[in-house]
Amino acid sequence: MEYEAVIGLEVHAQLLTDSKIFCGCSTKFGGEPNTQTCPVCLGMPGVLPVLNRKVVEYALRTAVALNCAIAEKSVFARKNYFYPDLPKGYQISMFERPLAEHGWIELELAGGKKRIGITRIHMEEDAGKLVHSGEFARADYSYVDLNRTGVPLMEIVSEPDLRAPEEAAEYMRQLRSILVYLGVCDGNMQEGSLRCDANVSVMPKGSTKFGTRAELKNMNSFRNVQRALEYEIVRQKKVIESGGEVIQETRLWDDEMGKTGGMRGKEDAHDYRYLPDPDLIPLKVDEDWIGQIRQSLPELPGRKKGRFVLQYNIPEYDAGVLTQDQGLAEYFEAVIKAGAASKWASNWMMGELMRELNEQNKSAGDCPVKPEELAGLYRLIEKGAISSKIAKNVFLEMFRNGKSAEQVVREQGLTQVSDDSVIRKMIEEAIAENPKQLAEYLSGKDKMSGFFVGQVMKKSQGKANPQMVNQILAEALKKLKEGK
Amino acid sequence: MKISRKEVEYVAHLARLKLSEDEADKFTAQMGQILSYFEKLTELNTEGIEPTSHSVPMVNAFREDLVKPSLLVEDALANAPDKEGNFFKVPKIIE
Repeated sequence: MEYEAVIGLEVHAQLLTDSKIFCGCSTKFGGEPNTQTCPVCLGMPGVLPVLNRKVVEYALRTAVALNCAIAEKSVFARKNYFYPDLPKGYQISMFERPLAEHGWIELELAGGKKRIGITRIHMEEDAGKLVHSGEFARADYSYVDLNRTGVPLMEIVSEPDLRAPEEAAEYMRQLRSILVYLGVCDGNMQEGSLRCDANVSVMPKGSTKFGTRAELKNMNSFRNVQRALEYEIVRQKKVIESGGEVIQETRLWDDEMGKTGGMRGKEDAHDYRYLPDPDLIPLKVDEDWIGQIRQSLPELPGRKKGRFVLQYNIPEYDAGVLTQDQGLAEYFEAVIKAGAASKWASNWMMGELMRELNEQNKSAGDCPVKPEELAGLYRLIEKGAISSKIAKNVFLEMFRNGKSAEQVVREQGLTQVSDDSVIRKMIEEAIAENPKQLAEYLSGKDKMSGFFVGQVMKKSQGKANPQMVNQILAEALKKLKEGK
Repeated sequence: MKISRKEVEYVAHLARLKLSEDEADKFTAQMGQILSYFEKLTELNTEGIEPTSHSVPMVNAFREDLVKPSLLVEDALANAPDKEGNFFKVPKIIE
């Protein structure tokens, strides 16, 4: 039987505030254990949490960008459970009355556009960290660091609208791109500032009744989200086909083993006994506030992409690549403003520039070749001073040593040879030096002309103007053939 | 009975409370009485009334996003039943 997967994602994004959600402790990553705590985030008796306004603003920005209906009134709730990373015995979250609901995000998939529903967005506090590694790997205790307790998180829950692991990965890419554009999250999955859990089930293709789902955790990259889902879908199909039943459980992705496994000894079924948190008064968001937020939003990747296609006349694919990262998009527009042709700029950036940036793990913002300098390289090619091939080497030199295109060309004597007589001379030499190949050409092997082009380029160390070489060589060979 | 002994034991477990046999019996009876008492409220007509989550009619108390000094580690750990170095120390938890 053919099966279809049903996937919904729960994403936790750490919000880029300086202080925690309910107290003034720093959110800075990597501090000495337990140096960023206070009575509020330690859950001491008698303290009162007070909501960080910026957390609400960031969550609202996201809610507006994801086309959500924002609740006029929302309420924080206590989610009760005992675990040592949570000193109060409950996590402050939202339950019955989240900040926003009913949004959507549009994906561009191979088969066309697809809208994925956003069920809800709410704010909550992060829990602390249990350390079992390093010197504590074999200890009989867990070591608790509460620096992260109270760091603001935003949870974004999707509808079960995703039907394949690639769709889930694309959803994550789109969502990440939007969050980074909005400036609300740094989007770093490796460091855990963007986390993703997935609910996945399988059902016979065409069915409308979802199967029993498993919840997958511990996937810290786009690739792992996709791999974990791929593995889990195959696993569930096998269970069903062998007459078994999928059980509802939480499974952890093991990156090294490349598989998911059930979490052992997971205590009782979750019974969180949510209740409205009496310490925090309700949050009211009026139309004015939403209007201000709407005004302050940047141009988001989807819209920017559409504009790039129209304004710069580049293919959709190129526009998609260039707008996925805000810095890259800004760089592109700066290169064009500095005088480069859009198609050239987009090709060059997607090829040479992005390769070098990726290799050096740099972002467009700290690219050693500034947009104006890249446009300078374009001008040299445009006026025929260097060939495109040589330009690639010039670019590498610019990237590595921070020199301008003109400087590299001057220092290395790379200026293109466009002198008719010089090129003619090199062609004559090439023909004279290779009588065997000439004979082959004259006996009808037209392809041999390519060999002579190669010879001339070699002689000129790549500097001969290729168009001129082609043209003059064709004439010379033609003459020889006719004179035969 | 409004609540079974089993439910009382379940709730006690969620709250990590250990009840003796006698206590479980006693609390089952007491909680049953409390629930019966609260049941009176259902006699009221609450049609069209929004559930009350807070008794004070107030909304939106914010703080600005400013970092304030945290506690010294010694102070943060001062009341911990067990600690080591900068850490709180608890019985091993395996996820």
